[in-house]
Amino acid sequence: MFGILDQQFSWLNFTILALAAVALLLVVLLFVMYAIYFERKVIGWMQLRKGPNRTGPWGLFQTVADVLKLLIKEDVVPKKVDRFLFLIAPIISFTPSFMVIAAIPFTENLYFTDINVGLLYYGAISSLSITGILLGGWASNNKYSIMGGMRSVAQMISYEVPLIMSFLGIVLMTGSLNLRDIVHAQIDSGIWFIFPQFIGFVVFLIAGNAELNRTPFDLPEAENELVAGYFVEYSGFRFAFFMLTEYVYTFALSSLMVTLFLGGWDAPFGLTFIPPIVWFALKFLLLVFYLFWARATFPRVKIQQLMEFAWKGLIPVALFNVMLTAVLKTLGIF
Amino acid sequence: MGELRTEEMLLNVGPQHPSTHGVFRLVVKVDGETITECIPVIGYLHRGTEKLAEDLTYTQIIPYTDRLDYLASMLNNYALVQAVEELMDIKVPERAEYIRVIVMELNRIASHLVWWGTGLLDLGAISPFLFAFRDREYIVDMLNEISGGRLTYNYMRVGGVKWDAPAGWVDKVRKFVPYFREKIKEYHTLVTGNEIFVARVKGLGIYDAQTAIDYGLTGPNLRGSNFKYDLRKNAPYSIYDRFEFEIPTGETGDVYDRYMVRMEELEQSLNILEQAVASFPEEGEIMAKVPKVLRGPKDAEVYTRMEASKGELGVHIVSNGKDKPYRLKLRRPSFVNLQILPDILTGRSMADIPPIFGAIDIVLGEVDA
Repeated sequence: MFGILDQQFSWLNFTILALAAVALLLVVLLFVMYAIYFERKVIGWMQLRKGPNRTGPWGLFQTVADVLKLLIKEDVVPKKVDRFLFLIAPIISFTPSFMVIAAIPFTENLYFTDINVGLLYYGAISSLSITGILLGGWASNNKYSIMGGMRSVAQMISYEVPLIMSFLGIVLMTGSLNLRDIVHAQIDSGIWFIFPQFIGFVVFLIAGNAELNRTPFDLPEAENELVAGYFVEYSGFRFAFFMLTEYVYTFALSSLMVTLFLGGWDAPFGLTFIPPIVWFALKFLLLVFYLFWARATFPRVKIQQLMEFAWKGLIPVALFNVMLTAVLKTLGIF
Repeated sequence: MGELRTEEMLLNVGPQHPSTHGVFRLVVKVDGETITECIPVIGYLHRGTEKLAEDLTYTQIIPYTDRLDYLASMLNNYALVQAVEELMDIKVPERAEYIRVIVMELNRIASHLVWWGTGLLDLGAISPFLFAFRDREYIVDMLNEISGGRLTYNYMRVGGVKWDAPAGWVDKVRKFVPYFREKIKEYHTLVTGNEIFVARVKGLGIYDAQTAIDYGLTGPNLRGSNFKYDLRKNAPYSIYDRFEFEIPTGETGDVYDRYMVRMEELEQSLNILEQAVASFPEEGEIMAKVPKVLRGPKDAEVYTRMEASKGELGVHIVSNGKDKPYRLKLRRPSFVNLQILPDILTGRSMADIPPIFGAIDIVLGEVDA
């Protein structure tokens, strides 16, 4: 941030960075709280309900109350679980979700690190969360949770492949893995990558949806088959951690999508009087809204269909997109 | 590397499991996600309705029938009073018959709506449930207005119905018909054409008509396998022979067909309602002349049946001349229909439990009696 990482290490720098990280964490937490509120409201309206409207004005404090309740709840650790793994699984799952945010540039100047392999960093770190989920499912010593855990792993590993491949096209076009460079490439050319990379965008949207374990790909926590999936045995703030992971990933993945395909903080139609951070937030909310909308609309797919779709559907399409981009690039069209 | 060792796992689905809708337990043996064996365990809601009825007068049994298939109490009410009327040879006034048909068809729609909503909820689609309950609310309100209850109506009596239709009530039903026709279209756009939904239910849980008959299946479960059998047409009771309606049937007998049959039945119920409301008698009695104390004839037996929302609901009464039945036997469609479950579930995956189970459409109150 502000080039601090490039400077010599000093305690002052360290403190500033730590404070900034805490600030970002708070922003993310605030987002999560209001994302849940937003989700409940949006889905409520779509389903002829009102959504939360009792706690505070328009129910604005509903999630605050929910989180507080989760935090002060008794920390139940069932007797027959693998105690150590059970306790650290939520943390293993959560930490990477927060780490990936560091790589995302929100505006020209607001970003944490400017790593040259930002995209690779995102892909690598985000895969780590699966470990936590599998461990949690395994350590719970519950048949439903192990099935949920296995489903998660199968699903997330399968969908990671098309997800990463879908942005290979962009990497080919810009010749960079640096997220800021990618945004700049879009600003310079004046065309957001959603247009030349439309196939990539669609693949990313679907694979991302699956990666987030959200409807219609919410099998790992398929309530009606597996009760709750990998976190059946979790309660209180450990359960909150898993929930938090999910929503932080929603935050991270939507931000990444804005950066890659929707021109980041770039203002469309020359509407530059609106600050870039607002543009970023608007595009970001649009994607988040899409995810909630899908949840209110679709039934869940079956695990077999899900895997088939990833390997036989998305991956070939993503590969085709990479090839097409490469050909067009060689021909000099891109 | 040696061969991978796999182990079968015994899993208790229920009695407290979100997709079993009540206290149904399914002991499944799974190999990975594939079900190799499955045993349904029932009886958690057994209240001994049939035995209790032996100590109750005929009128007193009616509220107990409310609690069998509690989603379609009107139909259960009718099944009992029909048997008693046949036993005692009571002629029901025309107006009462009309009211009965209207409330029964309304209740059938309400029952199918709950099936539709919860069935899709089990597939992970949350919105249909709320859409279904919005429209069910109109029906429940109407039934509440006429009977005073929202779920357990206790409305029919031997010889007629308890209350007359209040002023303007029939008009409400008349207005409901076109309203609900529109809503069915909305249901189809939301769910029926959905790629994911079709992929999940097409070709699932197939059995042919012969198997269905061997298992004693009735109702949409039988009609889905392309067998035209509906007691409202095949053995008309009440005044059903006066109305024109179709019996929808499926083609292949999979879950999708059973779904379509029920959706089509909603339309057909609306057709019946429309005709019933149009020819509704302006005036008339709602109760036949019946003795104060209802006594069955000596050494008489009667079995009557009717088309409930889940299938054939039969009532067998043995009377020995007292004001209480000597023996009451109920043929509960949910209970009979449930038998086919292990057969169509074995070999499928865990994820198929909700659609297959949901398509049978049982209510535990009726299964366990």
